[in-house]
Amino acid sequence: MTAGFSWNLLADFQDMWSYLGMVNAFRAGTIVAVLAALVGWFMVLRRQSFAGHTLAVAGFPGAAAAVLAGLGVAFGYFAFCILAALVIAALPQRGGRGYTEESAVIGTVQAFALAAGMLFIALYKGFLNGTNALLFGSFLGITTGQVATLALVGLAALIVLVVIGRPLLFASIDADTARAHGVPVRAVGAVFLVLLGATAAEVSQITGALLVFALLVLPPATAQLVTPRPARSLILSVVLALVTVWVSLFIAYYSPYPIGFWLATVAFGLYALTYAGTAIHARMGTRAPAPAPAGA
Amino acid sequence: MFSQPFMQHAFLAGTAVALAAGLVGYFLVLRAQVFTADALSHVAFTGALAALAAGLDARIGLFAITILVALGMGTLGRRGRPDDVVIGGVFAWILGLGVFFLTLYTTTRSGSGNGSASVTVLFGSIFGLSSSRAMVTAAIALVICAVIVAIARPLLFASLDENVAAARGVPVRLLGFGFLVLVAGTAAESTQVVGALLILGLLAAPAGAATRMTTRPLRALGLSAAIAVGSVWIGLAASYLIPKMPPSFAILAVATLTYLATMGAGQLRRRHYDGIAEPNRTSPQPPRVPALTSSATIDEGR
Repeated sequence: MTAGFSWNLLADFQDMWSYLGMVNAFRAGTIVAVLAALVGWFMVLRRQSFAGHTLAVAGFPGAAAAVLAGLGVAFGYFAFCILAALVIAALPQRGGRGYTEESAVIGTVQAFALAAGMLFIALYKGFLNGTNALLFGSFLGITTGQVATLALVGLAALIVLVVIGRPLLFASIDADTARAHGVPVRAVGAVFLVLLGATAAEVSQITGALLVFALLVLPPATAQLVTPRPARSLILSVVLALVTVWVSLFIAYYSPYPIGFWLATVAFGLYALTYAGTAIHARMGTRAPAPAPAGA
Repeated sequence: MFSQPFMQHAFLAGTAVALAAGLVGYFLVLRAQVFTADALSHVAFTGALAALAAGLDARIGLFAITILVALGMGTLGRRGRPDDVVIGGVFAWILGLGVFFLTLYTTTRSGSGNGSASVTVLFGSIFGLSSSRAMVTAAIALVICAVIVAIARPLLFASLDENVAAARGVPVRLLGFGFLVLVAGTAAESTQVVGALLILGLLAAPAGAATRMTTRPLRALGLSAAIAVGSVWIGLAASYLIPKMPPSFAILAVATLTYLATMGAGQLRRRHYDGIAEPNRTSPQPPRVPALTSSATIDEGR
């Protein structure tokens, strides 16, 4: 990092983008932001934040195991995240108990995944500094090959999302009616979980396993506060995620603190501002309902 | 094995913490608030690192920040029950702050062994407890247990049917807050034993297994505590015998396996009954939409 920060933003960007690593970070960040915003929007709508967090965390043992076995880290992320998605989709039984059982299963999967990650790290000695990078992310040293993988997987995930988008929306908003109309609610839910797993794996590679949430929850939640209309709030969610990623990358380039912190802070700042804004808006009486987190 | 002082401390603190986690965890699962506990355990991580960065004792930051955030999340939700999105948002930012403090700590207070601070906080160091620390940990855990047992009846009522309980004059909101404080206390406590990231397993798995095994609330409560304690004992012994295995992993592996076993057993029993009669699937509580009455929502699990 040669030149410091100057108020001439154009020169700053020129300076920043003279490094291939930084260009790749922006490319990867953009891909990840679009995907996270779209999939995250459905996740927030379906109230599956807990599952999303668990899938993200499952990437951690995946990456640790991949390092231990000498495979690519990206492979480990995808394999474990998707595996965890399948486990969560398969385990909860239909029956009387339902919701409470599901949260216990998810919690157990998550804790066990983390514990397994810890075991892998303990087996692979001298990995201590790598632990923090896996958990909290780093945007340095992203190769062009990694960007290509991210783009390919991201594209595939987007195509799947487009295909199941309409039934998924229906099933998310009113599962019972959707089932009555012949939508395979359970199958759509399972496909969505796998999609969520793939997204979490993509995002983890930039933000680290613990901070996936900053991109997966906050921009969609902010967008859903602003407008209840699906198409508009999806687009808004993507825009917010892109702004978050770009601003954070920009700041992180000039600051000693890790990217994850800036991502979380920028995203949370936007959310808090919007929340306050809608609250004031509602109090002024222009719109009747209080800003309860928009469901649909 | 018990001649080693560090093993004695580990067993003392581990047993007490497991007891508290088992009791609190059962109510968490019953109230479908496991996600809240997850968030609070991550808050404990931030709290500990913030205190370290400020040069204070890690435990002060742990308890103070975790309990404060618990109360804050309670006020944002309805009747002291935080909402899914609120938890997710707060939680993402708090973790980001944790990373910030971690960097601050490692860069400003460069000294011996700082690099492993986060790993210790995240994954715990049960074999590293001193005798005084083990005593304090055990004492606090026992206080949490006592409070839980004391409020068990009204809390159970409020968890099973919030509206009826409120109508009967049970202070539902107050109980919600009190329970959140207990969860925060347990999370902060256990951070020292199994680590901020892994406490969730001790909270969720024994309770999940217990609800599978019996439908009677008080029996399940005791069972959950017993499974948690058993997991800690077996885990500690296993990691003593196999030095390569970290104790936190061993403890969680036992808890997870127990849960899996109860699931498998339930599956078998169902298959067995299928030929005879409709399987008895009565749950300990009527299926209930968790705190989301305002907006359109799915509840696929029903």
